[in-house]
Amino acid sequence: MFAYVFRRSIQSLIAVAGLLVLVFFLSRLTGDPAYLYLPLDSTPAQRDAFNELNGFNDPIYIQFGRYLLDLVQLDFGTALSRNRPAMEVTLQAFPETLKLAAIAMTLAIVMAIVVGSLAAARPNGFFDRIATTASLAGASAPDFWVAIVAILVFSVSLGLLPTSGTGTALHWIMPIGVLMLRPFGLLTQVVRGSMMGVLTSAYVKTARAKGVSGQKIVFVHALRNAMLPVVTVAGDLAATLVNGAVVIETIFGWPGIGKLMIDAILRRDFALIQSTVLVTAVAIFILNIVIDLIYAALDPRIRHQAA
Amino acid sequence: METQAAQKRASRIPLPFKLLFRDPLAGAAAVFLIIVTACAIIAPMLIGHLAEAPNFRARNMAPFSLEQGFAYILGADTLGRSLLARLAVGARNTLGIAAIAVMCSLLIGGTLGLIAGYSRGWLGNAIMRATDIVMSFPSLLLALIVLFSLGPSIPNLILVLAITRVPIYLRTTRAEVLEVRERMFVSAATALGASDLRLIFSHIAPMVLPTVLTIGAIDFATVVLAESSLSFLGLGIQAPAFTWGSMVATGRGYLANAWWVAFWPGLAILLTTLSLNILSSWWRTYADPHQRWRLELGKKERK
Repeated sequence: MFAYVFRRSIQSLIAVAGLLVLVFFLSRLTGDPAYLYLPLDSTPAQRDAFNELNGFNDPIYIQFGRYLLDLVQLDFGTALSRNRPAMEVTLQAFPETLKLAAIAMTLAIVMAIVVGSLAAARPNGFFDRIATTASLAGASAPDFWVAIVAILVFSVSLGLLPTSGTGTALHWIMPIGVLMLRPFGLLTQVVRGSMMGVLTSAYVKTARAKGVSGQKIVFVHALRNAMLPVVTVAGDLAATLVNGAVVIETIFGWPGIGKLMIDAILRRDFALIQSTVLVTAVAIFILNIVIDLIYAALDPRIRHQAA
Repeated sequence: METQAAQKRASRIPLPFKLLFRDPLAGAAAVFLIIVTACAIIAPMLIGHLAEAPNFRARNMAPFSLEQGFAYILGADTLGRSLLARLAVGARNTLGIAAIAVMCSLLIGGTLGLIAGYSRGWLGNAIMRATDIVMSFPSLLLALIVLFSLGPSIPNLILVLAITRVPIYLRTTRAEVLEVRERMFVSAATALGASDLRLIFSHIAPMVLPTVLTIGAIDFATVVLAESSLSFLGLGIQAPAFTWGSMVATGRGYLANAWWVAFWPGLAILLTTLSLNILSSWWRTYADPHQRWRLELGKKERK
């Protein structure tokens, strides 16, 4: 099992390294940062001096070499737009996104398991039709639009919830609600599909023949097997969740890493782009290892196959 | 004779379509998609000029009023441009961009998948590691960085949307190729001296194509959503051109006094992607021999 996880980790580490190289060169293509950081009437000489000071005048391979050297010494550069160490800014924003994503994902998984299992227990029944349509709608809804409509209804019209920002518990409701929509929709589909498959299998029929109650079959016998695809999909959704976080944080003014990244890209803050990408990629990398371990714990075949 | 003729008439409608319209939800989704596609093609020719023409008497006009004619039934934006006309032109742009992007990623991903599945050497490995990079990172952020460095334009937007979806086609094609490659007819062709290219493109590719096309149809909704998000964040399509996503972004500024400017295009996105997802979920049930009876059974019960 550890050989399996080790092999997967090496593969993902190569992917993370490749991503960092890609982002380094792509971000350098976005243009001259001096135009954004100096006043509009700055002279070419001043812009040149600015670039000289920040090392942007060196050939790109020298800049890349310096980046690697600094990276080894855990120096992630200075975020130009904030004049603070890039990693410090990133690590300040990261927990905000993590909290948001963790709560949204937990709620989505729990709700998806309950709704998906109940829907699969009686396929094409009344509850199944409602649950299927609702989950498809959740998976199809453009999150930015749902966020705007939610603001319109709950903040502008009803005046119940604050439009943006952080602080009270009320500030959490809309961002979490909108962020969990897509994972909930997709996961409910997966739970329902895999539960329907498991419920037609022979061992479930045996249990039913022996007189085990319907609920016990679904939630005790079948759920464990039906969970396997759910774990995989939930892991894949982590990257999707960051996509959602970028949009949600922009709309609700949430001080998380998604908003930070967008700002960094728009302001050509190279050091900040790189550190946010690094932290996000490493977080997804760690999550994937955890998913692999959960998967191995759930499915003995994987444990034995690799051992 | 008569019964034979009747059977012939009945069998003229293919089975999938008969089953499709038995399921009210899937039938409605199919009809909606046909209407939207027809609107995207025809409507810009009929009322396209209204999408750009300011009409100051209709500024911020509320929806459901026929004062300015039927074109203004969904209201108008701050410049008095008909939202119905803008939705139609937006439909053409949104669906057109997504369709081209899906075709591009299908072609690129399919070809690379064929190569990765067929070649056992370093090339296949290199392709798979490259897809790992694309897959390990949130697609939206990757797209934002690429679009910002290349500059936002429609060809770049299509390119970025295509690249972020390539891994899905690539992995599926590769998996299929790995399986097909071991079959008898491939060994026979090899024994007869077929070249690698001939093997890949005239023997293996036709076997893989149906699966990849199905994924393309399912993936279309995801691409529509991705394009909308990018355009909403301002790095997708650029004014004066617009898609549904950028229309929501414009309307966001007038939320308090003209909610309809942001509402309709978002609803259009939701209904389109929802219809696509309902249809693909229906198709999955239909294509699965273990589940298809559920669709066939429904009719008799209701009758």
